[in-house]
Amino acid sequence: MTILVIAEHDNASLKGATLNTVSAAAKLGGDIAILVAGSGAAAVAAAAAKVAGVAKVLVVDAAAFADQSAENLAAQVVAVVKAAGGAISHVLAPATTAGKNVLPRVAALLDVAQISEIVAIESADTFVRPIYAGNALATVKSADAVKVITVRTTAFEAAAAEGGAAAVEQVAEAGDQGLSKLVGRELTKSARPELGAAKIIVSGGRGMGSSENYHNVLEPLADKLGAALGASRAAVDAGYVPNDYQVGQTGKIVAPQLYLAVGISGAIQHLAGMKDSKVIVAINKDPEAPIFQVADYGLVADLFEAVPQLTAAV
Amino acid sequence: MKILVPVKRVVDYNVKVRVKSDGTGVDIANVKMSMNPFDEIAVEEAVRLKEAGVATEVVAVSCGVGACQETLRTAMAIGADRGILVETDVDLQPLAVAKLLKALCDKEQPQIVICGKQAIDDDANQTGQMLSALMGWPQATFASKVAVGSGKATVTREIDGGLETLEISLPAVITTDLRLNEPRYATLPNIMKAKKKPLETLKPADLGVDVTPRLTTLKVVEPAKRSAGVMVADVAQLVEKLKNEAKVL
Repeated sequence: MTILVIAEHDNASLKGATLNTVSAAAKLGGDIAILVAGSGAAAVAAAAAKVAGVAKVLVVDAAAFADQSAENLAAQVVAVVKAAGGAISHVLAPATTAGKNVLPRVAALLDVAQISEIVAIESADTFVRPIYAGNALATVKSADAVKVITVRTTAFEAAAAEGGAAAVEQVAEAGDQGLSKLVGRELTKSARPELGAAKIIVSGGRGMGSSENYHNVLEPLADKLGAALGASRAAVDAGYVPNDYQVGQTGKIVAPQLYLAVGISGAIQHLAGMKDSKVIVAINKDPEAPIFQVADYGLVADLFEAVPQLTAAV
Repeated sequence: MKILVPVKRVVDYNVKVRVKSDGTGVDIANVKMSMNPFDEIAVEEAVRLKEAGVATEVVAVSCGVGACQETLRTAMAIGADRGILVETDVDLQPLAVAKLLKALCDKEQPQIVICGKQAIDDDANQTGQMLSALMGWPQATFASKVAVGSGKATVTREIDGGLETLEISLPAVITTDLRLNEPRYATLPNIMKAKKKPLETLKPADLGVDVTPRLTTLKVVEPAKRSAGVMVADVAQLVEKLKNEAKVL
């Protein structure tokens, strides 16, 4: 049996989320193959071949995959699964916006269910996944021949990026579906660690009051801690920060060593995105704020006084 | 141009669900039910496209139990012109819903289907992408901005790291993210008017779709609770705890 992991990449480097997905694949038992579909992505294929535990890297390099469109990528994955003639038992991708975009297409084209955002593997056909914003965990069993799965990356350790020596094999290109065209991307440029990979996250909510306050108060602390910056939906909706800062049920799911929630009340949708953090600190002037119910350390204080003090003290 | 908007009846987003003691699921008896918030954004977007003269008709579709009629009435109170209920007591999974929607797309021939990106009950985030694949149409998921031109749409999507803009040919499936729009409140006159709008009821068999679930839920449990933390008196004590007790600084 072969477990196919779809590499997430930008044609230049392999994204860390792929390493967590490989770890999930390793728990299924079987040979792990990584599919690298890209354009000018030789460095990605080379990186994938070095990942510990990977038996094979399947490479298709063509212009159709330059923008990683869901239509072209899904068609390619389906072609690879069909060409394997039943040898591929599982198809895995990280539950990032990229993985969530592509994998349901793959499942529908294979006429199988998709199992979304698994957090644990019980056996090769039985998985645990959160429902209702993580307020319940469902154990589900799949009856389909091919299991198509997205993996919550925070629930699985990253596989070692070095140490493997997988065979690299070219596969036939499934072609350009010609359905969509990338006009452009506006990516947030930041010297800070990515939210999904950060060890420490400093996150701000509506209590920040304004975009200026958010940046003036939280950035010095994040800089000092080497932390990523996050936000609640309220802060994003109010325009303090861009959408990709959002932590929560429908934003990013994070589980850092330390999560500092500043001026965040703690709606269940926000808690869904951060409650698996190792240590949670809440700073809020409202002693009744629900965030204190999940915080390891709570400080009832005016954030505009407490955060600069904290920045000075660490 | 016709726009189809699938809407799902879910436990209201303000309700904190409880897991049933027998571990078979969550208790939804006597719990407030509402339209999935992302679907409300989808209905609003479709109605705005109609108000802007881009769309001519907005059809709301719901798949599930008879009570989904209420969800369709809500969609019609926001401004959908008519509703279609595909009624079944079977626990519908995303692939089954996508197949039902495909059958309706074949029949209704919409140019755009606008779905919520995920339902807040099963958190699957699959149906729109699956429908798009089954139709062989392009998709633009997690949309924060939609502009419809002739035979195409330009959609800005929320992705990890920022935003991406796609140009897709129509017909197509678009799924909504939170910041696409702010849905209006349905006014009382519109709620009354919605009661008179046409609502057609079909069964999955009428559409020739097998909706048998592919996944079996073996059990549902509550996640491990975080143990209660401590309140600290000031920043100095917080730093001391983080350094010496939690050892994360």
